[in-house]
Amino acid sequence: MTPTDPAGIRFTHIEKRYGGLFALRRVSLEIAAGECVALAGRNGSGKTSLLRIAAQLVRPSAGEVRFTRANGQSFDGARPRIGYVAHATMVYDELTAEENLLLFARLQGSATPAALAERLLREVGLLERRASLVRTFSRGMRQRVAIARALLQQPQILLLDEPGTGLDAEGLLWLAGTLRELRDAGCTLLMSLHGESEISALATRGVRLDAGSLVADTRDGADLRSIFALAGA
Amino acid sequence: MGLGLLSNTAVLLGKELRAEFRSRELLTTTVIFILMVMVLFSFTFDPSSSESRRFGGGLLWLAFLFAASLMLQPCFLREQTNDTLSALRLSVSDPFAILLAKLAANTLFLLVTELLMLPVFAVLYNVPVFPVFGQLLLVFFLGSLGVSVAGTALSAISAQARMRELLLPLLLLPLLTPVLVASTQVTAGLLDVQPFVQWKGVGFLAVFDLVFLTALWLFGEYLLEE
Repeated sequence: MTPTDPAGIRFTHIEKRYGGLFALRRVSLEIAAGECVALAGRNGSGKTSLLRIAAQLVRPSAGEVRFTRANGQSFDGARPRIGYVAHATMVYDELTAEENLLLFARLQGSATPAALAERLLREVGLLERRASLVRTFSRGMRQRVAIARALLQQPQILLLDEPGTGLDAEGLLWLAGTLRELRDAGCTLLMSLHGESEISALATRGVRLDAGSLVADTRDGADLRSIFALAGA
Repeated sequence: MGLGLLSNTAVLLGKELRAEFRSRELLTTTVIFILMVMVLFSFTFDPSSSESRRFGGGLLWLAFLFAASLMLQPCFLREQTNDTLSALRLSVSDPFAILLAKLAANTLFLLVTELLMLPVFAVLYNVPVFPVFGQLLLVFFLGSLGVSVAGTALSAISAQARMRELLLPLLLLPLLTPVLVASTQVTAGLLDVQPFVQWKGVGFLAVFDLVFLTALWLFGEYLLEE
């Protein structure tokens, strides 16, 4: 799980409009390589838009996103490996857990997709259900497959949108352990969270969005607990 | 086109085929639909007359067109259920691979449906098709490719729009008119008592396919963006 080349993200004056609605208003945020940032905010505050822009799935209406190396220099041309766990599971219900991981591992050019899929299925506790269709899984099990998919390419940056969704207490502990390992290995984590939990405790920094604007940052003196409290989340 | 594009396309095509052969959702629907059209129209023609030969080409392509619109509708909608399109976009080296795999799968499914229906057409309408099977296969391939290239692009656009069920046929039918006219004319020539190949029509189909394929390659990435 060790990323060989940690990467950071620099958002500069990011705006995102959907018609006349502003999802993000001139958000500037620099996340250093290896940071673990909790993103708090009410529903509709722009957290998902910011994550999707970071994943380069959505083009910002204005502003730019750059990826930076540990020394602060920009990535030239090449894009860092980005893992993304979204609201939706981003896996195929009509394929088995193993088929899903094999599919994405092959697309990402893994040299040993079968071994990689097996290792991740073991890590997420689904090895015994590897041959079951995802549609037969509970929400929590689907979330585990979703997390395994995001970890396939050993991401340098991992974006998580409410990653605890559907997980039981044991699942949350497992996820917190996995994210801790990633953080300690130098992977940059940006995670949208609702409230304090085992996962938010991993954060080395917290930022809060409100109505599309960045309104608080622990780097500027706010404390992590207040980030969630003020968010009303 | 790099090796990454080709290998990504092959992997994605394998996924499309696996999903379809597991559910048989598209092939079953379209085969039943075309069968119904063939059977219903067979009651209105005198199968022993030359009418079948004259109207056969138009009938076949009308049935194929409606089957294609049934097939193309869920093409990208299925990727929205769990936001798998985003996962694909994050995984492939070239987003054109996603479109190319969908296009290949749609062409293949449409071609299989057409080939399954050809013997049924020959029997119900008393038209010998096997002496010109090779030429028919060429027209079916070029016509199906044209329908699929335009249809795949429009399916990607309409999947992200409101009123998507209405939008796809509205955009698709006018765009496909030239392909359908050319395919029908070439097919009609092949079903004639003295079969002949309208090379002008075949050439038109090949050019249409090439132009739309190039446009898809150049602008395809934008079709997949949110």
